[in-house]
Amino acid sequence: MMPDQGFSAPTSLPVVFGIEAIGITKRFGEFTALDNVSLKVAGGSFHALLGENGAGKSTLVKCIMGYHRPDQGAVVVADREQVIASPRAAHALGLGMVYQHFTLVPAMTVAENLVLSRPTLPAVLDWRAENAALAAFMARMPFAVPLAERISALSAGERQKCEILKQLYLDRRFLVLDEPTSVLTPQEADEMLGLLRAMTDAAKLTVLMITHKFREVMAFADRVTILRRGRVAGGGAVADLNPEAMAQMMVGLEIPPAAATHRGRTGDSRLDIRGLEVEDDAGQPAVQGLSLGVRAGEIVGIAGVAGNGQHELIEALAGQRERARGEVRVGGEAYHATRAEMQRHKVCCLPEEPLRNACVGRMSVAENLAFREFDRPPLAIAGAWLRATAFRAAAEDKIRDYGIRTRSPETPLAALSGGNVQRAVLARELDERPEVLIAANPCFGLDFAATAQIRTELLAARNRGAAVLLISSDLDEILELADRICVIFDGRLVYEVAAENADLTEIGRHMAGR
Amino acid sequence: MATGSIGLWAVPLEILGGAVRVSTPFLFVSLGECITEKSGRINLGLEGTLMMGAMTAYAASYLSGSPWLGVLAAGIVGIALGLTHGVICSLPRVNDIAVGIALMLFGVGLADDLGKPLIQPAAPQLPAIDFGWWSNVPQLRHALTVNALFLIGAALAPFLVWGFRATRWGLILRLVGESGEAARALGYRVAPVRIMATGIGGFLGGIGGSFLSLSYPGSWNERISSGQGITAVALVIFARWNPKLCFFAALLFGAAGALGPSLQAVGVHGGYYLFNAAPYFLTLLIMTITCSPKHNLIGAPAELSITK
Repeated sequence: MMPDQGFSAPTSLPVVFGIEAIGITKRFGEFTALDNVSLKVAGGSFHALLGENGAGKSTLVKCIMGYHRPDQGAVVVADREQVIASPRAAHALGLGMVYQHFTLVPAMTVAENLVLSRPTLPAVLDWRAENAALAAFMARMPFAVPLAERISALSAGERQKCEILKQLYLDRRFLVLDEPTSVLTPQEADEMLGLLRAMTDAAKLTVLMITHKFREVMAFADRVTILRRGRVAGGGAVADLNPEAMAQMMVGLEIPPAAATHRGRTGDSRLDIRGLEVEDDAGQPAVQGLSLGVRAGEIVGIAGVAGNGQHELIEALAGQRERARGEVRVGGEAYHATRAEMQRHKVCCLPEEPLRNACVGRMSVAENLAFREFDRPPLAIAGAWLRATAFRAAAEDKIRDYGIRTRSPETPLAALSGGNVQRAVLARELDERPEVLIAANPCFGLDFAATAQIRTELLAARNRGAAVLLISSDLDEILELADRICVIFDGRLVYEVAAENADLTEIGRHMAGR
Repeated sequence: MATGSIGLWAVPLEILGGAVRVSTPFLFVSLGECITEKSGRINLGLEGTLMMGAMTAYAASYLSGSPWLGVLAAGIVGIALGLTHGVICSLPRVNDIAVGIALMLFGVGLADDLGKPLIQPAAPQLPAIDFGWWSNVPQLRHALTVNALFLIGAALAPFLVWGFRATRWGLILRLVGESGEAARALGYRVAPVRIMATGIGGFLGGIGGSFLSLSYPGSWNERISSGQGITAVALVIFARWNPKLCFFAALLFGAAGALGPSLQAVGVHGGYYLFNAAPYFLTLLIMTITCSPKHNLIGAPAELSITK
């Protein structure tokens, strides 16, 4: 038996190497996702790839990583042209990718996840040797995560570190990071990107990072390439650029309309949450003693890293989850999220993942649009008989007013794009003229135009006098919209500040629970 | 009193011995189901597998004269049924619960039909090991007479705990059961792993069945299982998908199953049917305590269709 069964990666690769994509074109049917895109990342550099949703960033890196075969163009790795037919081929060349969502298995330990990621495993693992080898590997790395801990017990920042460690463990010296900081606090993001930057400066690593955060580009990247609608819209050394210039290149001439910032008058408290406690799916307390009031005509933003009880809080307020303890009052009356109470108090909700939480994908757009009012006149007679013509007419109004792009009102809702699903939910919920509006990550995954529209509608609802509770893991969104900002950590509100006094460092510190 | 010199001590002794006897099929089926469920599949067809195993083992033992050949035959039939389940469930849009119920009915019905000529003849039985040779109390000796198959099952539980942790197969099995997405990203194909896990689960289920007809109760009839295969599925949930806990849970269910016969053995005849229903009460009770509409089950493989 060999005592040294620890894993060692191939060492034939150069320590750092660059890659180049030359004239990549990729079509999906009629749609041209990438049109003659070229990108050059020098070995040992930190390169940012900037662009809107749908600009082709992901398609480009997927062509490099072997998930897609480009229709035209070539990929050069370490000065040699390569045909990368599969992710496996990319890995063999030393290219690794860290995804936006985590690919670690939550129920397994860090050590198990690392060992499983290897291309081959021995039939029987000698855990003593493996653990020794892993500990030695960790000692060489600039950051460490506890090997024996289950992934589910790690914070988002540690998980993301673990994803990167996994790539380094596999000796991948060229890392593609797909929005690696989207679930991290600003401090966690800075720490992680700083560590990567130190590794590129030390010529141990080359990084290509997809992002839409100018701040991170400015602070950490050497060079940037900006994509817009499948074409290179600009780029260069970060030192020569500023965020305004990059934003111009990103969105072209379609600068979104400025949000309606007119402030209405703040009125009485509309939504009162007192001592709310909610359990998660495992029966553990997720929301703990949360108290909060939202007054008419204000937006209260709850910032926080995803997974700190926001999900359970929204579900409890929307009536999708039982409350363990505590009280919710709307307009002074006890509120249990029954349909009758929702109608009486005009409580509306824009949940996260609307297709799953607020819609029935296989039902038509018209039916989905009618969920709030289908049993009332004019859509129904005597609360039971539904009028198809009225459904269609009401749906057509909303489709026009909110610019929902659908082939017809009869199209199943699931056939719509994410932005149009969210517009449909928005149309249904805001058409009621809500007095209380609860919104959770309402712009997640949407493009500039849809995001701008939804934010404008939220502000308009506030200006009409609605009490708006905005729960978002996008701190920029909170800073842009909220009049009052709270931070949730570990199910508790740990910080509150008026928007005009908001300080990013202070908020970030509380998001990290420090 | 019919209990002899040890008086009411006979009841716990009977229950202990009975627990070991009755638990063996529970043990094998639950360990098999544990492997299957760790891969992210649920096989409710094990009730049918158990019946087919019992019938096949009895027939093979009767025809060959060797009970161990009977065990092997039962295992092979179990593999066939397990693979059937695994393959059908790997087709798109197939629900493993529905397929499991269909296979359960199929197995039970087929065993009943094919087993008709086996009700009369007597087949050679599996050997038991006498751990009570030092004692001259007959009840104690009886309780300590342990079937070899039980010992194999008892050794299998820690082996599986080790295997899930320290073998390539175990890690891949758990990976597939926890996240099919992650498994695919690492280049493992999910369906073959699940099919194989269901096949192995069927193998153990079939062996569990062989114990029914070749040791205790030790004959073939069409009501020999009386729902033990399904109960064992509940037992896996109770044991939180941990083979070691499966062993103790099987003993507990075995004890509950032995309650009625034990009381009868010491001369308590009242409430016979009530005491015989103890395993079912226990199942209901445990499921009520461990399952909740509000909470996920702790330790459940994330890919299981019932918890997803």
